Amino acid sequence: MYYIIALVALVFVVLTGIVIARLQNVLKSFKSADTDEIKHTGNRFNGAMFLVVLIVGGAAVLWSYLDARSEFLPVASSIHGRRTDDLFWFSMGVLTIPFIFVNVLIFFFSWKYQYKKGNTASFYPDNHKLELIWTIIPAIVMALLVFTGWRAWSDITGDAPQDAEVIEITGKQFNWITRYSGVNDNQLGNYDYRLIDAQNEVGIDLSDENSFDDFMGPASAIHIPVNKPVLLKIRARDVLHSVFIPHMRVKMDAVPGMPTKFWFVADKTTADMRAELNDPNFNYELACTEICGMGHFSMGTKIIVEDEASYRKWCAEQATFLATYPEYLAKVPDNLKAKAMKYVPEGSVTAAADSTTAGSVGSGTSSLR
Amino acid sequence: MSAIVGAESIHEHAEVHEHHHSQNFWQKYIFSEDHKMIAKQYLITGIVWAVIGISMSVIFRIQLGMPDSNLSWLKPILGQWISDSGKLDPNFFLALVTMHGTIMVFFVLTAGLSGTFSNFLIPLQIGARDMASGFMNMLSYWFFFLASIIMFASIFLQTGPAAGGWVIYPPLSALPQSHPGSGMGMTLWLTSMAFFIVSQLLGGINYITTVINLRTRGMSFDRLPLTIWAFLITAVLGLISFPVLLSSVLLLIMDRHFGTSFYLSDIYINGEALPNVGGSPILFQHLFWFLGHPEVYIVLLPGLGITSEVIATNARKPIFGYRAMIASMLGIAFLAFIVWAHHMFVTGMNPFLGSVFMFLTLIIAVPSAVKGFNYITTLWRGNIVFTPGMLFSIGLVSLFVSGGLTGIILGNSALDIQLHDTYFVVAHFHLVMGAASAFGLFAGVYHWFPKMFGRMMNPTLGQLHFWMTFIGIYAIFIPMHYVGIAGFPRRYYQFTSYDFTHKFMDMNLFITSAAIFSFTAQFIFLWNFFYSIFKGKVAPQNPWKSNTLEWTTPIIPGHGNWEGEIPAVYRWSYDYSKPGAKEDFIPQNIPYSQTLESNFPHENELIASEKDIEAQNFNDQFKSAH
Repeated sequence: MYYIIALVALVFVVLTGIVIARLQNVLKSFKSADTDEIKHTGNRFNGAMFLVVLIVGGAAVLWSYLDARSEFLPVASSIHGRRTDDLFWFSMGVLTIPFIFVNVLIFFFSWKYQYKKGNTASFYPDNHKLELIWTIIPAIVMALLVFTGWRAWSDITGDAPQDAEVIEITGKQFNWITRYSGVNDNQLGNYDYRLIDAQNEVGIDLSDENSFDDFMGPASAIHIPVNKPVLLKIRARDVLHSVFIPHMRVKMDAVPGMPTKFWFVADKTTADMRAELNDPNFNYELACTEICGMGHFSMGTKIIVEDEASYRKWCAEQATFLATYPEYLAKVPDNLKAKAMKYVPEGSVTAAADSTTAGSVGSGTSSLR
Repeated sequence: MSAIVGAESIHEHAEVHEHHHSQNFWQKYIFSEDHKMIAKQYLITGIVWAVIGISMSVIFRIQLGMPDSNLSWLKPILGQWISDSGKLDPNFFLALVTMHGTIMVFFVLTAGLSGTFSNFLIPLQIGARDMASGFMNMLSYWFFFLASIIMFASIFLQTGPAAGGWVIYPPLSALPQSHPGSGMGMTLWLTSMAFFIVSQLLGGINYITTVINLRTRGMSFDRLPLTIWAFLITAVLGLISFPVLLSSVLLLIMDRHFGTSFYLSDIYINGEALPNVGGSPILFQHLFWFLGHPEVYIVLLPGLGITSEVIATNARKPIFGYRAMIASMLGIAFLAFIVWAHHMFVTGMNPFLGSVFMFLTLIIAVPSAVKGFNYITTLWRGNIVFTPGMLFSIGLVSLFVSGGLTGIILGNSALDIQLHDTYFVVAHFHLVMGAASAFGLFAGVYHWFPKMFGRMMNPTLGQLHFWMTFIGIYAIFIPMHYVGIAGFPRRYYQFTSYDFTHKFMDMNLFITSAAIFSFTAQFIFLWNFFYSIFKGKVAPQNPWKSNTLEWTTPIIPGHGNWEGEIPAVYRWSYDYSKPGAKEDFIPQNIPYSQTLESNFPHENELIASEKDIEAQNFNDQFKSAH
C-alpha cells in the first residue's frame, strides 16, 4: 500500500509542478492584460484534466476496489447475514451503473463541451419526455430495492421463534454483562435497576422464581449454540451502547430504560470458522458501536459458538447466580424459598435461612418515588 | 481592510443616494445593518471556523491513520491532552470528533454558507435595497457571533468541550458523571446552540420575508434565479426544524440541571441508581433528527442553488428544466421532514416504523436524480468556461451523485443493520453533504468574490485549489467506504482492540495522507482569498457575463445597492446563448422589446405587459416610510 501512496504523491507533485509552471505564464500575462474582458485562462488544461482524472481516477477506484475486496464484509456466519450480504452486493451492483454512467457523463461533457472561441451553446431549456424518463426509471429501481429490503427487514425484525435461546446482554461503561435464562426454564427473571449492586450487576429481582436458575455469563466470552435461534435481550445500565457482532450482521442499540432485542441464527461454530478461514486464532467478537465515553473503542467481548451439546454441557457447568452469591437468598420471598433452595449449594444455606425482610422490593415495574 | 475602505469611500463620494448618511467605522463594519457587510461577516467567521474544524479532523485522522506516531509536537497547542508519551487523550479524541461535527455542520456549512450567500444574494438578485429588516439581520449575525464565542470558549475548558458526538445523545450528554465532556463542555455546547438557533431563526424569517415581499418590479416567482429558490426553501426548512432542536436542547438542559426525566430512565451509574424514571433516550433522537435530517438539506440546498446559477452561467446555457429544478427542491424539502427516523433503524424503534421510513427515504432518490440529470444536461452541448466557480460546481455534482448513491444503501433498513455507525456512513455523508456543500461554498465565493470585494481572485490558483481538493476528497472518502464495508465502527479512538479491525492499517494511513493533502490545499484558497481582497485585479462590471441583477449594480455596490431606481425585470435569468441574440447572454433587466431578434413567439406577446411592469409600485423600501 505504501507504493500506492508514493504513486499518488508523485501524481500530485507532477500536477502541482505543471500548474505552477502555468501559473508563471499566467501571472506574466496578467500584468500586461488590462482589458475589461476576463481571459479564460487554462480552459484547455482544465478540460483535459477532466479526462485525465476520469481515466486515472476510474482506474484507481477499480484497482483499489479489487485490491481491498478480500477485506470487505467479514465472512457471514448467520442465516440472515448472508441474505443481507446478497442484498448489499445486489444493491451495490445496481448502484454502480449510475455511479459510472453519471460520472462519465459529467467528466466527458466537461471535456467535450469546453469553451471554444466561436462556438455557441445550444439553447435547450427543457424536454418533458427526458425529464419524465429520468424520474420514472429511478422510481422503478427504488421500488425494487425498497421491496427486497423491506422483505428482508420484516423477516429479520419479526418475532423470535418460541424455542429461541434467550440471553440477556447488558451494556455498561465499559463492558458487557450477560445473563443466561438457565438450564430449567429458558426464562429470564425480572429485574429492576434499583436492585443493582456490586454483585447483582444487572439488578436481578429474586422475588421472581424465573430468576432462580439464571446464571451470569463469564466476562471472558459469550457462549451461544450453533443452528439454534438466539434471542438477545439487550439492556443498558448507564448510557447508550450498541451490540455489534460483525460476523453475524447483528446490530442493536442498548438503551437505558427501554429493553431492545435482536434474534438470529448463527450457523458456523467458532471451530468451523477457524477451519474455513484457516486461522486457528479466530474468534467471533462483539463490539460497541454507540459512543459511550472514553472506553468506547475497546468495549468488546468474544463470542464462542459451539454445537448444542457442548453448549448445554457448558450451561450445566455454570453456577447459578444464587449459587454464586447465596446471601441473596435473603431476598427470596418465603413462599418461594424452598424452590430457590434447589439452586443453592448445601453448606451455604444456614446463613440466609431466617432473614425474612427481603422480598418487599417491587418487581420490574417502577413508580415515581 | 484598507483596500476596501479606500474603494468604498471613493465610491461613496460619487454616490448620489437619497438615503445617504455617512457611517462611522462601528456602524459600517461591526454593527452593520447592510446585508452585504453582514454577509462578509458571516463569510469571514465561517472561514475561521472552517480552519478550526478542519484542523481538528486532521488531528484525529493522524491518530487513526498513524496510531503509533508521537504527537508531542502538538503539545504546545493541545497541552495536557497530549500525554507525556506523546499520545492523544482518548477523551479529547471524542471531543475533537464532536467539535469537528458541530463546527462543520452548524458553524461552517449552515451559518457560513446560508448566512453568507442568503444575505449577500437575496437582495441583490431579487432587486431589493436590503433585507426586510436590517436590524434583525444584524441581530442574527451577533447571536451567531455570541454562539461562536461560547463554543470557542468551551474548547479551552479543563474538562474539554462537549464529547458525546455531534448528535449529543443522552444519557451520555445528560450525565456529567458519565464523561468529562458531559460537564461544563456540554453546558456551553447547549448554550451556544440555543443562541445559534435564535440566530438562524432571525436570519430565516428575514430571508423568507425579503424574498416574498421585496422582489422588484417584474420579478415573479417564475423568474427568480434558482439560487433564490434554494435560499427560500432552505430558510423555510430551518424555520420549521430549528425550533424542534431548540426544544430538545431545552429539555436536555432541564434534565441536566433541574432534575427532570425527559430522556432519562432506569439508570445506574457510578454505584448509584438515579431517581429518574419514565423518560426515553429515543425521544431525544426523534427530536434531534427531526431537525437533523432537514439540516442535511439546509446545508446542501444553498450549494445546489449556487451550482445551478454558476453552471448555467459558465456553460453559457439555460439551466435545463428550471421548473423541474424548483419542483425537485420542493420535493426534497417536503420529504426531508418525513425521513428522519432512517438515522434510527437500529435504536430499538418499532421495526414497522423502520419499514415506513425506509420507503420514504428511498423516494428522496427520485428528485435528487432529477437534479443530477438536469445538471448534466445543462453541461451537454454547452460552451463551458472553467472558472474556479464552475469547476467547483461541476465537482459538486459529481460528489453529490457519488455520495448520494451510497445513501440508497444506508436508507435500506436491512442493509443498515451492518453499516449503521460504521465508516460507510461517515464516508457517505461527507461526500454528499460535507464535501458537496463545501464545494458549493467555494463555488459561491469564487463566483461572487468580484461582487463582494470589487476584485478578482486569481483563477489559476483557484483551479489548482479545485483539482487538489477534488482529487483529495475522493482519495479520502472512496477508501473510507471500504473501511466501512469491513465494519469499522466510527468514533473509535483506535482499532487495536478487535481482531476484525486488524486490517486496513495501510488504508487508514492512506486516508490520513489524503486528508492532510486536501487540508494543505486549502491554504492556497486562504492565501488567494485574503490576498485578492487587497491586491486582486479590479473586477469588471460583469466578469462572468451573467444575467442576474447583482451584476447591474455598481462594481462595489453602496448602501442600497443601486444608484437611482432599482431595475425592473422582464425575463428569467437563464437567457444564455439564445438563438438570434447579439451576445450569448441577455440580462434579466433587458425588456423583450429590445431583443426582437431573439424572442420566441410567446415572448413577443409579453412585450405588451412591459408597460404594466414599469407602472408597478417601485417596491423600494428606502422610499417608503419606515
